[in-house]
Order: sequence, then structure tokens, then C-alpha cells
Amino acid sequence: MDSLITLAVTGVVLIVAWVIGSSVESSHFRRLIAREQTLSKIMVSNLKRLPPNWCATSSALVAGEAVIATDYFKVFAASLRKLFGGRVRSYETLVERARREAIVRMLEQARSAGANAVWNVRIETTTIQGKQQGKSAGVEVLAYGTALVVSERH
Amino acid sequence: MIVLNTEFVPGKKIVEAKGLVQGSTVRAKHVGRDIAAGLKNIFGGELKGYTELLVESRRDAMQRMIAQAQQLGANAVINVRFATSSITSGAAELYVYGTAVVVADEV
Repeated sequence: MDSLITLAVTGVVLIVAWVIGSSVESSHFRRLIAREQTLSKIMVSNLKRLPPNWCATSSALVAGEAVIATDYFKVFAASLRKLFGGRVRSYETLVERARREAIVRMLEQARSAGANAVWNVRIETTTIQGKQQGKSAGVEVLAYGTALVVSERH
Repeated sequence: MIVLNTEFVPGKKIVEAKGLVQGSTVRAKHVGRDIAAGLKNIFGGELKGYTELLVESRRDAMQRMIAQAQQLGANAVINVRFATSSITSGAAELYVYGTAVVVADEV
């Protein structure tokens, strides 16, 4: 009897986590797309040097960070996937959200500094350990680069 | 102090290299934040407390690096790199390093 109740509670939590988790995720993706569109004028590159005919007048280090949590359903789906192997889609979207959010925040900082390019972009990813051994609570991403005001030399 | 992660400084030339400078922080949030994070782990979403922690850590680590560069008599730190690692649950390390240089205006 007890194990049945535990099973039922787990099932209900799974369904609720799936419904809320996926709505949180899709609204985050919608907001990301809207913010990325407003930032599309800034050139982003991980090149170390500028093209030879360009010159930069102003520069500053900009950085953006984001920590996105896993949800109960994602962890469950991933543990099922680990039995059979293959793409763990539930975690792919998680790291994608964290990376895009960090990059958007970095670009917003560059825009408020008046820059039109961000050069030498580097991205760092780390998992945050959860309370249970071996389970991750989320993924943290740090994106950074050099914001520049560039123009073409004649 | 100019801090950049490129190998060049726009409009300036590097006169002297002073060597590697670094700064690091290991930080943790109070237990209340950890409980809130535990709840977030059911439904997903951003862990704002941990993002804040990361921002504060970055500022701290950079300040330490800049203090080191000032001690060496540099006026810029270039080719800056960040590295992050998780030490234990709820604590994160952020390490920043770069090359301290003296720059002067290009003539």
C-alpha cells in the first residue's frame, strides 16, 4: 500500500513538473528569440584579431552569466535515456538555454556600453552539484568577450 | 586600468610585459538560497541566487587580479581568461587570469 502511494505521488510530481517545466522552457525560448533580435546589429565573433582594414576606437570587457536549474522531469527523462543511450534532449535544451541567456546578457552589457562588436568571445560551462551525490542541480554558463566600437578604415 | 580579453589594446601599443596576474574566489550562498534552489529543481527555471553569486564572484576575482597588476606597476591586463569549477554542492570557484602589461598611446 505504502509503495503504491509513493508511486502515485512520484507520478503526479512528474506530470506537474513536466507541464510547468516545459511551459517555463518554451516561454524562456520565446523571450530569448525576442531579445536576440534586438541585439542582432552587434557583431559577435570568437576571433582574436580584427580584420586588417578595421580599426577599433573603444574597448571594454563584458561578461554575462546564467544559472539554469534542471527540473524533476528532465532528470527522470535523462535517467531513462541513460539506459538505452543516445541524445539526451532534455539536457541539450537546458545547456542551450543557459548559453544563449549568458550570451544575450553579455551583448546587452555591450549595447549599453555603446559597442557595435564583441570580439574574442569565450564561453565557460560548469555543472552545479546538487544535494544528492552525482546529480546536477543545474548548469552555469559564463560568457565573456571584448566589446569594441569598430569602423572600417579608408 | 584597462582589462580586456583580446591580445591587443585598440589605439595603444604594448610597451612592457609585467607577467601573469590572477585572482580567484570560492563562494557559497546561505542555506535559504540552497533551499530555494532545491525547490527550483522540481519545476526548472533560472537559479537567480546562483547567478548573483557568479556575478559577485567574478567582480571579486577581477578586483584581486587588478590589485596584483597595480602592484606590478601595470596599467592594463590583456588576454584575460575565466575558468569556473564546482567544488562541492552550493559552492563554486571562479578563477581569472591574464597578462599584466604597460601600454602607451600609439604615435
